[in-house]
Amino acid sequence: MTLTTEAPDVSVLEQDSCEAGDRSGLKAVISAKFLEVAAAQEKALAPLSDDLVLLESGLDSLCFAIIVATLEDELGYDPFTEAEDVFFPVTFGDFVKFYERGR
Amino acid sequence: MSAAAERLSLRGTLSASPRLAQRRLWGARTDVALADIAAGTALGSALPTLAGRSVLLRTRDPLCAALALIELDGLARRIVLCPPDLADETLPGVIETAGVDAIVFDEAPPETASGLLAARITLPVALLAEPPLAGLETEWVMFTSGTSGPPKMVVHTLGGLTGAIKPPAGEPPIWGTFYDIRRYGGLQILLRGLLGEGSLVVTAPGEPMADFLLRLGRLGVTHLTGTPSHWRSVLMRPEAAAISPTYVRLSGEIADQAVLDALKARFLGVPIGHAYASTEAGVGFEVNDGLEGFPASIVGRPGDVELRVVDSALQLRSSRAADGYLNAEAGALRDSEGFVDTGDMVELRGDRYHFVGRRGGIINVGGLKVHPEEIEAVINRHPAVRMSLVRGRRNPFTGAIAVAEVVLNDDADNEAQLKAEILETCRRELAPFKVPASLKFASSLAMTAGGKLERAIA
Repeated sequence: MTLTTEAPDVSVLEQDSCEAGDRSGLKAVISAKFLEVAAAQEKALAPLSDDLVLLESGLDSLCFAIIVATLEDELGYDPFTEAEDVFFPVTFGDFVKFYERGR
Repeated sequence: MSAAAERLSLRGTLSASPRLAQRRLWGARTDVALADIAAGTALGSALPTLAGRSVLLRTRDPLCAALALIELDGLARRIVLCPPDLADETLPGVIETAGVDAIVFDEAPPETASGLLAARITLPVALLAEPPLAGLETEWVMFTSGTSGPPKMVVHTLGGLTGAIKPPAGEPPIWGTFYDIRRYGGLQILLRGLLGEGSLVVTAPGEPMADFLLRLGRLGVTHLTGTPSHWRSVLMRPEAAAISPTYVRLSGEIADQAVLDALKARFLGVPIGHAYASTEAGVGFEVNDGLEGFPASIVGRPGDVELRVVDSALQLRSSRAADGYLNAEAGALRDSEGFVDTGDMVELRGDRYHFVGRRGGIINVGGLKVHPEEIEAVINRHPAVRMSLVRGRRNPFTGAIAVAEVVLNDDADNEAQLKAEILETCRRELAPFKVPASLKFASSLAMTAGGKLERAIA
């Protein structure tokens, strides 16, 4: 994160909180989606942490497919299909990072 | 006995292998030396009684199926190779259609297949004083991955099944496959393992992918094959670090650029090929340039396999295609010119054809086939819905997923509630993989000149 030194304090603070809000906001949106899909598909979801291996989260590939499709509707992009360098996420942290990079 | 006069049988070919003593077939719980099965039997004294019969091969363990195939090829008149998900209820119909008069099983014979000569596979393999004569041109009957109705049975011969297999160059491979060997894609790998000079690792019933990957790594698998969905799942597992194949192959679904590139990045410097094959048409062609689709230059070229594109559908004429269907109601497998219509739709972009889906827009969700019309019918039951269109959207995890566009009867101010109601109906009426992952309202849907919904294939 870069903060501009010449900006007045108050706007630095605003910018800071805004950026932090966006980042944690995106993670919150993704976490909420995991919970929503797990509930709809009647899967027991493991506690979401950055190092949780996706395939050990209790969700199956259909759940991940639904998560990506519905996030595409909500966020307007699917970073997996749009990406130049292709990558498959192993952990929940990887998954979130990919959305952060792809936005 | 002159070798030239002897027809190719699996047992005969194995017996002639110069490095037979080093070759093995690995299951999860046990493994078998190919030298033992080449000169022995897992069917005991029942083996000679199966000569000339139409044998239903119904095992739980794929390893047992592989052993039975080696023993029965050339001996049985017909082998009906049951895939693992074939329901017991369908067996009486299968038995009647295929004239089955014997069953080979490993655990317990299904109740729906009573009254047949029954032979059980037991391990370890026992040495035979003299292997039985294997001079028949055995029919190999396989099941198509049909979408609904009674399963279709397709007749092959070993010659057709092995037509695409070339003698291996270099070090003898250790093959592994994520497919079940009782499906066309997996059977190709079993036969490559048996007819080449290599060894083979097969899946076990219920074995988790993570365990299988560790096993593949331990056994030093060099040649590894599966569908794009298998490979996507591999790429998401930490256990993928256990394997270091020297050849990676995909088939059975559209191999998109994303999965090809991800495999290329994961297995640096390893050749990655994708093959086009189907149970009906056999192995069509292999693409080894790392790009999705296939070069247009191979269409119309004379050879063992001829390709043509008719109304965007790929058609193949091939000596490796099946001889026909066993089910009378399935109709002809080839047209009058000998071409098999694959139902796979292609689109020419520049000098390359790309696969764009199935005819009629069948959506392939991680290997499970979905008819859009079935989902539309459920959506259209809602009283507020005028019409709907379901199509596949590309998806990194399942290849495709169903998404819906819905036109309402009247402008509604409660779209969120209607959406929830429609999706609730879908969840109640449809299998989870058929429920649209996305539902959007539209003011209209495009129609063709013939008044049908335009099912754009993309």
